[in-house]
Amino acid sequence: MRLVGRTVAVDAVGLEARATSLATRSIKREAKLWALDLVIRCIDLTTLEGTDTVGKIVAMCAKAVRPDPGDPSIPSVAAVCLYPQLVPVAVRQLNGTGVKVASVAGGFPAGLGPLDTRLHEIADVVAQGADEVDIVLNRSLFLGGRYAEAFEELVAAREAAGDVYLKTILEVGELGSYDRIRQASVLAMAAGADFIKTSTGKIGTSATLPAALCMMEAARDFHRDTGRMVGIKVAGGVRASKQAIQYLVLVHETLGEDWMTPDRFRIGASSLLNDVLMQIQKERTGRYSGPDYFTAD
Amino acid sequence: MTDIERAAATTLTPRPSWDYAPAPESTDIVRLQDSYGLFVGGEFVEPKSGKRFTTINPATEEPLAEIAEAGPEDVALAVEAARSAHDQVWRDLSGAERAKYLYRIARQLQERAREFAVLETMNGGKPIKESRDVDLPLAAAHFFYYAGWADKLEYAFPGRSPGPIGVAGQIIPWNFPMLMAAWKLAPALATGNTAVLKPAETTPLTALLLAEVIQEAELPPGTINIITGAGETGAALVESGVDKVAFTGSTDVGKRIRRATAGTAKRLTLELGGKAANIVFDDAPLDQAVEGVINGIFFNQGHVCCAGSRLLVQEPVFEELMDKLKARLQTLRVGDPLDKNTDVGAINSRQQLRKIEELVASGIDEGAEIYQPECVLPERGFWFRPTLFTGVSQSHRIAREEIFGPVLSIITFRTPDEAVEKANNTPYGLSAGVWTEKGSRILWMAERMRAGVVWANTFNRFDPASPFGGYKESGFGREGGMHGLEPYLQLSP
Amino acid sequence: MTTEARIPVRRTAKLFIGGAFPRSESGRAYEVFAKDDRSLGWAARASRKDLRDAVKAARAASVAWAGKTAYNRGQILYRVAELMEGRRAQFEAELADAGAADPRRGVSAAIDRWVWYAGWADKLAQILGGANAVAGPYFNFTVPEPTGVVGILAPLDQALLGIVSRTAPALVSGNTVVVVASEPHPLPAVSLGEVLATSDVPGGVVNILTGQVAELAPWLAGHMDVNAIDVTGAPDDLIPELETLSAENVKRVHRAPDVDPFDDAAQSPYEIAAFLEYKTVWHPMGA
Repeated sequence: MRLVGRTVAVDAVGLEARATSLATRSIKREAKLWALDLVIRCIDLTTLEGTDTVGKIVAMCAKAVRPDPGDPSIPSVAAVCLYPQLVPVAVRQLNGTGVKVASVAGGFPAGLGPLDTRLHEIADVVAQGADEVDIVLNRSLFLGGRYAEAFEELVAAREAAGDVYLKTILEVGELGSYDRIRQASVLAMAAGADFIKTSTGKIGTSATLPAALCMMEAARDFHRDTGRMVGIKVAGGVRASKQAIQYLVLVHETLGEDWMTPDRFRIGASSLLNDVLMQIQKERTGRYSGPDYFTAD
Repeated sequence: MTDIERAAATTLTPRPSWDYAPAPESTDIVRLQDSYGLFVGGEFVEPKSGKRFTTINPATEEPLAEIAEAGPEDVALAVEAARSAHDQVWRDLSGAERAKYLYRIARQLQERAREFAVLETMNGGKPIKESRDVDLPLAAAHFFYYAGWADKLEYAFPGRSPGPIGVAGQIIPWNFPMLMAAWKLAPALATGNTAVLKPAETTPLTALLLAEVIQEAELPPGTINIITGAGETGAALVESGVDKVAFTGSTDVGKRIRRATAGTAKRLTLELGGKAANIVFDDAPLDQAVEGVINGIFFNQGHVCCAGSRLLVQEPVFEELMDKLKARLQTLRVGDPLDKNTDVGAINSRQQLRKIEELVASGIDEGAEIYQPECVLPERGFWFRPTLFTGVSQSHRIAREEIFGPVLSIITFRTPDEAVEKANNTPYGLSAGVWTEKGSRILWMAERMRAGVVWANTFNRFDPASPFGGYKESGFGREGGMHGLEPYLQLSP
Repeated sequence: MTTEARIPVRRTAKLFIGGAFPRSESGRAYEVFAKDDRSLGWAARASRKDLRDAVKAARAASVAWAGKTAYNRGQILYRVAELMEGRRAQFEAELADAGAADPRRGVSAAIDRWVWYAGWADKLAQILGGANAVAGPYFNFTVPEPTGVVGILAPLDQALLGIVSRTAPALVSGNTVVVVASEPHPLPAVSLGEVLATSDVPGGVVNILTGQVAELAPWLAGHMDVNAIDVTGAPDDLIPELETLSAENVKRVHRAPDVDPFDDAAQSPYEIAAFLEYKTVWHPMGA
């Protein structure tokens, strides 16, 4: 709690200016192709809809393993991200492929059901074979100033998740200021998260460059203070390759090369994947492509 | 092998690290002439002096063009052209009409922004990112802003019958050539004066391109005259028949100009050197303070009169700030100014590089501890690594003298009073930076800074609406804002 | 094929609300006549519901417009003048129909006046605001801010210079406006709406209604979500009713001074100030 007690102040104007400045980096040619390849390898291909059927998940898993059936040089994504009920389907489809199964759990997205139910859901998806669990910070407690209780819940979730990667969603669009985002980042990292994640993707405001930068600065200082490396996941609203590369630049210049890997950086997205494939085509052939040339799974 | 397979085989090689590929801005947009004349009376004319000098690209030492050197006769002709433009045309135009000329210039600068930005970088050495994102937009904005005042002067000086002084002689430096031209010309013309502008010896090219814009705007001939040359040309302009002298440059030259105009009726404004303190308290938003400190001294390679060249850091947060600064220095990209990813460009001239080297050597001699990140510098051109000095005391030359380069001297303090004392302990007084989360402390510090510009939780912010200028030996007079009109006006008592 | 008897494509003069050109929801229109009694076609006759929609659009646009930097607003308004200059032939023809003695002078004056006001955007705070020397360790400063949504009754005559003279000062500081155009000469106002629609002024910042002033003005004056009204174009005998109605939400009511519109005295930063609020902030100064 000592880490959270002294909240590091964040100047919003300065932070946003830095994010904007980094976003103007010009990444071309071979550097762009390298980045696009890394982007794919860092994607958590996501579907979190009430209409997700077994069939939908089967198709998505195929896409996750082989984003472009016509091009074997395109790597697989990092993981698929879905609701608990579909975990067994994904586990079956992805067995032996290297693509991970990430499940939301813990009453996603609001996370305000009874605590024992939420913890049980986490343990359950792990037992079903999920490799990673994405949970939410309890904003009701956090925004109410009940930090110790919010912390305790996250510690309990960590325990329920056992050894799997635990990603804690801060829901930056609800927190109100960058000071709070910084504070929430530290809280989540201190409670044992393997990743801190920007958003559920279920509210109006999702990942933004300044919010992600704020989290990255927190992770950098957390590593300096404790020696532990916590990953960053940006989720929601990342649809264009250009944005994805901007996030990579932020990681590169804030956290450094040790974070430029799927073990430390993820992008939760769905339509981004095809946009990346289109950009790779453009870089290679010099021609702008169109949606007809990529599979819609 | 299909096309795709072939392309994939050659391009998707996994790399251990991510090198941003070169991203050079093309120079095709710039059409350089081999040789330029002087811009007098609305036309380019041959210098009566018959002399020329070469201007180069400081990043490559490559010659760019031959530039005319205005001698005393050329200066006199330019002043005469400005005088007759003033007496016969410009003085009698309504403010609304003057405004429209200035709006035209502003618009043109926006249209041709890229051309100007590339040329500015080629001739001066500053990163294209800065010319493009800072210098040119601000230059256009200055013309826009002062265009709007041209027909509203009676509201800025109610009851004082504002009118022009006459002919302004304006001498500008090499660190922000276009921006300084805008800072000088826009208020002068808006208030009804005509001008003779002398750009810096090492950076004449964008001013000469501006002459084309002036012609296209159909400004009455002689309203703006541009005469290139070095120190002697400037001295001749000061001694000539101008009614008003405006100078931005070193404090030494400023003092010389003050002596040269003593006893004359010439109006004078001076914007001179600085040794600003950037003050970081222990409750500062630290990551943003790091950006502010970095920007404060490495923006434009530290060739900035208001650069935050002294870092005053409150002792409790010294270690943490040093760690962050050193880490941040490693991510600064020093190199080809035309590359869009370059953060720190070339030193403007061999002369300036010598000066920086000399002062840095004195820092080491006097016992301060130097830190420089590793970076590969190009072989040709003038370069200096971003540099930090710790263990600096107030008496060190690197703490007292303006280096005008990417060199930061770091000093610690304990209390707000001590910060105030150290910050003000200098003959200069141009700017100061204050970093703290506490609002009342910002205002308390601002009240006590003997400096014309105080930046709180930010640095190096400029706006045409915001008055800029120094206390003490950093000069007198203000540029920007309503206050920037006064130096160019005759006001009834 | 002969070229002599080409049938021109006639314009439909519609309302300008939220950046779009709807007809009146009432389906009404009224005939517009030139000074020499020629018919110039029909203009929409706005209803109270159109006015209600216009106020809604103005309110929706108000935060973003006020939130732009002053420099940006000045730039956007300057560009409107560029577009007006490009359309001057149309404006001159419309002013001639309206009986203007010197249409060319009228259009030039309108454009110049618009440019004059655009240049104030980033200068208002310097003459109308500032730090105040209070007797204590406080930093105290006053800033002018736009009042919000301003209703405007454009003058009857000077069909272009009139609407410009009332609209530009309200807009430049960040207000959004609902303008009721001159009833006998609405067409230059309609063209002004078309200019605005093709400019960078966001939809809803300026809304222009044509119709019966006596019908619309009371609705504008009584609307609880309008912050101020400019009654310059109202007939004298309507003023008492408008002021009474405006009392309900303590609207600011302003009438421009009675000056020859071509006179420089007709343009003033105090016409801008009429639609400003002043906010004063205190902050202690202490280490």
